[in-house]
Amino acid sequence: MTTIDATPDTGNKKDSPVNPRRRVYRPNTKYIPILATLALLVIMYSAGVANYENFGQPSVIVNLFRDNAVLLVVTVGMTFVILTGGIDLSVGAVISMTTTLTATLLQGGWPPLVVLVLVLLLGSLIGAGQGAVIHYFKVEPFIATLAGLFLARGIALFINQSSIPIRDETWKAISEYRIPLADGVVTKPVAIVAILAVLIAAAVLAWTRFGRNVYAIGGSADSALLMGLPVARTRIAVYTLSGFCAALGGVLFSINSTSGWALQGNGLELDAIAACVIGGVLLTGGSGYVFGALLGVLVTGLIQTIIIFQGDLNAAWTRIIVGVLLFAFIVLQRLVTRKVSR
Amino acid sequence: MTILKNRLFWPAAILVVLLVVNAFTSNQFVTVRDGHLFGSLIDILRGSAPLVLVALGMTLVIATGGIDLSVGSVMAISGAVACLLISDLGNQNSVGSVLLIILVAIGVSLLAGLWNGTLVAIIGIQPIIATLILMVAGRGIAQLITDGQIINVQSGPYATIATGFFLALPVAFLIAVAAVVLITLLTRRTALGLLLESVGGSPTASRLAGIRAKRITVMVYVVSGGFAGLAGLIYSANIKSADSIAAGNLIELDAILAVVIGGTALIGGRFSIAGTVLGAVLIQALGVTVVAIGVPSDLTLLFKAVVVVALCLSQSPEFRAKVFGRFKTRTEAIA
Repeated sequence: MTTIDATPDTGNKKDSPVNPRRRVYRPNTKYIPILATLALLVIMYSAGVANYENFGQPSVIVNLFRDNAVLLVVTVGMTFVILTGGIDLSVGAVISMTTTLTATLLQGGWPPLVVLVLVLLLGSLIGAGQGAVIHYFKVEPFIATLAGLFLARGIALFINQSSIPIRDETWKAISEYRIPLADGVVTKPVAIVAILAVLIAAAVLAWTRFGRNVYAIGGSADSALLMGLPVARTRIAVYTLSGFCAALGGVLFSINSTSGWALQGNGLELDAIAACVIGGVLLTGGSGYVFGALLGVLVTGLIQTIIIFQGDLNAAWTRIIVGVLLFAFIVLQRLVTRKVSR
Repeated sequence: MTILKNRLFWPAAILVVLLVVNAFTSNQFVTVRDGHLFGSLIDILRGSAPLVLVALGMTLVIATGGIDLSVGSVMAISGAVACLLISDLGNQNSVGSVLLIILVAIGVSLLAGLWNGTLVAIIGIQPIIATLILMVAGRGIAQLITDGQIINVQSGPYATIATGFFLALPVAFLIAVAAVVLITLLTRRTALGLLLESVGGSPTASRLAGIRAKRITVMVYVVSGGFAGLAGLIYSANIKSADSIAAGNLIELDAILAVVIGGTALIGGRFSIAGTVLGAVLIQALGVTVVAIGVPSDLTLLFKAVVVVALCLSQSPEFRAKVFGRFKTRTEAIA
């Protein structure tokens, strides 16, 4: 994947002696998957506006962020992990653990702020533990985070198997709070948190040393090590970040539903991975953007919205359409990367 | 010392401990009733049949350096197809029609495997993503087949493949044994096993050595799909219905776990069928034992997590070197 950056240069050199003045806009190959997703999003949205009444209202887009806030936050963490060439299967389970723990502690009368800090710390701790096992003991990320999945969901089921209502005033207040954006358009604080997470993550990835290290490890961990980059620290930090994001997602979940349930977030890790793939984040690592992951989440969210608007479609179609999109995008990525490596 | 160093020593030891605990806690470990064997040991063997089948296919896929995440969805599809067709039968107890339907369901599963194999070998997509497609879409397809309902069937012959007995042994167990024997013979008595390992070691090198690497890769995914379909049939025959949500839920993770416990590295190039079977039975025995010793079933996952962490760490050379290395040098110094 490291070849992507180098290839456009050689292409220009080859072209330049033939006709130096000819300038055709050709998007950088590394942006093609993202542009394709963006185009798809626009096409889907236009089709929705053309076919359904009220689809064009701004609330449809605003609600997209509200309804997918949890997935968005989790996908942001997952993007970092996938960029280093790893995978984190534990995020759905960390969500269920967080919601159960939050609800139980709040029911026990703990101060909300303490609960918030505690669950976020716990999520980060699980992530850090996984990262340490993966890096120091060379256990496959797939297996290490699978153990994390069992552990976190086991803890959730151990705490309580049934759904626990949250009656805490702060949680309820946040849940019921509405932020007016325009006339008749309101959103919830969870959507703002999700958007903030995306913006911060994008900035960190693009402009900080940590972000460059993440890309470097994904490109080639051995080269990164030889270059003297802090591979151990970065890799553990990435899994910590993913654990933190999952815990944050769990908090958002508990705010959205004002309850905690051990089966919440089941299978969310795969939705997050699928969103990353649709958004052009390569699972081999080293290539992709948080913005792409955002687009991936919006695409899956928009599919669900369209299916709701259509009304007579079975919910099973969501999965099938997401599967078809996955296929299309993977083949597209394959074609793009093949062209580059030639 | 050599036994202790064997990768399968610890998994086998844990399995023995689990079985001993089971023998002491359950009233009936192995007994004979109505000419059949009964008891918790038989329950473990019968219950582990689907996982053994799925893990068997997974072993072959992982041996070539791939992975198959779609097995759970394929299980759901094959159960859905079989139950839908059986529920349309006039006489659900007709052995011939049920056999035919079973063949159809397995055929569909083989096709699913062919799709995976084509994506991986011909189009050249990374196995984890290629099979993710069918994992996501497959369950949706199964839901479409059953129309979102749970289809119940009342077919004696169909139920036999999960709950029936033959020669005093459960049919599901015998199916799993037959599959294990077949695959062992095919991979260890013919050159097939060697070819699989060479493809897993390096697809390019094996292609240059004259091995049809692509064909072998497609084949392992087809086999994995077929075994997953068979497991799906056993699962749905056991509950006499097709549940497209619960069937094979998270079984891909258990299967991969069984393979890893069995000492097959995820990078491919080497595989151990005996290890996989041991791993699958171990996972099943763990679940049964945790319940048998009176721990609430919601703690099964915690136990599983502990066992996975312990086993994976014990198999990691880096962990051994870091934790036991200091100890070893000290003893050597004393010696």
